[in-house]
Amino acid sequence: MPLARVKSIALVGLRGEIVDIEVDISDGLPGYSLLGLPDAALLESKERVRSALQNSGAPWPNKRVTVSLSPAWLPKSGSGFDLPIAVALLVAQGLVAQCELTTLIFLGELALDGAIKPIRGILPALLAAVERGITTAIIPVANAAESIGVEGIQAIPIARMSEVISFLEAGVMPDFHREDLHKESASSNDLSEIVGQKKARHALEMAAIGGHHLLFIGPPGTGKTMLAERIPTIMPPLTRVEALEVAAIHSIAGALATRHVTSIVPPFVSPHHTTTTTAMVGGGANFIRPGACSMAHRGVLFIDEAPECKAGVLDSLRQPLESGSVSISRASGTVTFPADFLLVLAANPCPCGRYNGKGRACTCSSLQIRRYLQRLSGPLLDRIDIRSFVEVPSRTELASTDAGESSEIVRARVVAARNIAATRFNGLPWQLNSQIPASQLRNKFRARKEGMAFLHAQLDDEQISARGYHKVLRLAWTIADREGISVPGLPEVESAYQLRQGAEAL
Amino acid sequence: MTNRLAQIGADGETLVASYLESRGATIIARNWRIKGGEIDLVARLDGMLLFIEVKSRSSAKFGHPLEAIGPEKAFRLQRLALAWIATHDHWGADYRIDCAAVHFRHGLKPEIEYRAGVL
Repeated sequence: MPLARVKSIALVGLRGEIVDIEVDISDGLPGYSLLGLPDAALLESKERVRSALQNSGAPWPNKRVTVSLSPAWLPKSGSGFDLPIAVALLVAQGLVAQCELTTLIFLGELALDGAIKPIRGILPALLAAVERGITTAIIPVANAAESIGVEGIQAIPIARMSEVISFLEAGVMPDFHREDLHKESASSNDLSEIVGQKKARHALEMAAIGGHHLLFIGPPGTGKTMLAERIPTIMPPLTRVEALEVAAIHSIAGALATRHVTSIVPPFVSPHHTTTTTAMVGGGANFIRPGACSMAHRGVLFIDEAPECKAGVLDSLRQPLESGSVSISRASGTVTFPADFLLVLAANPCPCGRYNGKGRACTCSSLQIRRYLQRLSGPLLDRIDIRSFVEVPSRTELASTDAGESSEIVRARVVAARNIAATRFNGLPWQLNSQIPASQLRNKFRARKEGMAFLHAQLDDEQISARGYHKVLRLAWTIADREGISVPGLPEVESAYQLRQGAEAL
Repeated sequence: MTNRLAQIGADGETLVASYLESRGATIIARNWRIKGGEIDLVARLDGMLLFIEVKSRSSAKFGHPLEAIGPEKAFRLQRLALAWIATHDHWGADYRIDCAAVHFRHGLKPEIEYRAGVL
């Protein structure tokens, strides 16, 4: 039969579309045309497919070959269509039967010698395939790990084109050892490595419980980065669905080499402060890639030296902070990636870094000091609930041999506190204290009378803004959850006020 | 060497010519040559003019013979066909451009692959 149809998946962001690869071989001069909005990598597939087929002992049709990828309007990119095109060519030449190909998809790039190479985005492609009733997928062997968490589809990892041919001709399953796949690398970070820093530790724990964004201010070398890196170790582990979601984003970004696909540790992403807006929120011309804030989905986005970031980069985070997702529009279409992260910013208190409120070693003028933190825009700072000053550890703290609390102990408290909140918010559209709407804070989720009176007094004194007032209340709920108190009273509100205003003096 | 290649080419054209005649075509011209190039065979079949490019190969080492006809060569064939029609006063005639590949394999009968209406 000179006509063949084989299925594959094209990704638009995290969404997958079934693509029919149709091949027609007709008389005429030998030639090859590829239709269906291919990008440069896909256009080059001809040479790869041809060599791979010939080097796998399969013939190349010296006729007019037309390959059409439908739906034709959908821009397609990448090398993942090499394998389905090669299979369609075999079918069109009558070497493989067309039947049974309707519930089967193929994904993979071909090497010239017929080996099948890994591609990006296997995991989201498989998830999309399951939704569309596909039961079997042929995937590159190097991507096999990504199929572990996906249920409802049989993923067959294949290493060579010749194995695909024998599988299709005779149903021979390739050799594959699944036990090779488990290689979780345990994180070596633990909170017990941090000396002292009682206040900062408290801030970390509150951030993890209530999902409050956090700003660390402190001189260089005090452990801001160390503290931030350990937040994922005290956050509740990801559920299966969340872990898949995170792995799917990493799969698209081609970043699963640095993160195990079944890992349930929340991701930690720390872009450098010279990063661009595109790298932060995602982008790209043909193939739209997730940015750092999506890579940090369900985890922590840490930006060190935040005031050094280029104008606009930090503010580009305002949309994801508000909505938990980013929409990126390009000529090829609009893509939405989830981006629900805990934002942690670290900053020096002044350009020289040594200002600590006592002004002994600092060489900056008061104007410089004031201007430095003003580089963090007001609207962004408004979204940050906790401001914590990280101090230089004292001599006694450094000399102490007692290890601090380990991540495990703190995590247990975080999980317990989150459970309390989850019970309270049962049936409501939010799960975390940081997400309580302002109107609810004034009605159903008020603090006790004394607590509210304290806040109103601060408001009258113009010590806090209306927004700050709500932020303090949310933090107070988090503190109450941690202490096992049903409704926050005066001590919780005062303590929350401290966390919120902690570095205001600077 | 050149002679041998020219001989292979001429042999191929002869084979294709007799192949066409066996199917009821009349050969009108062979190796019609002008400044812009050469048409290997011109034939008439059921009132239609056929312009045939013949490619002969004695080895499969350098790919399929018809692969040698790229876009530039195809364009030249088209132009040559029109030139022939113009110089022979056949304006308005139906015409078709065909290609034929002749494989000479050592010890085997030559094999003709004929593709009609390729352009």
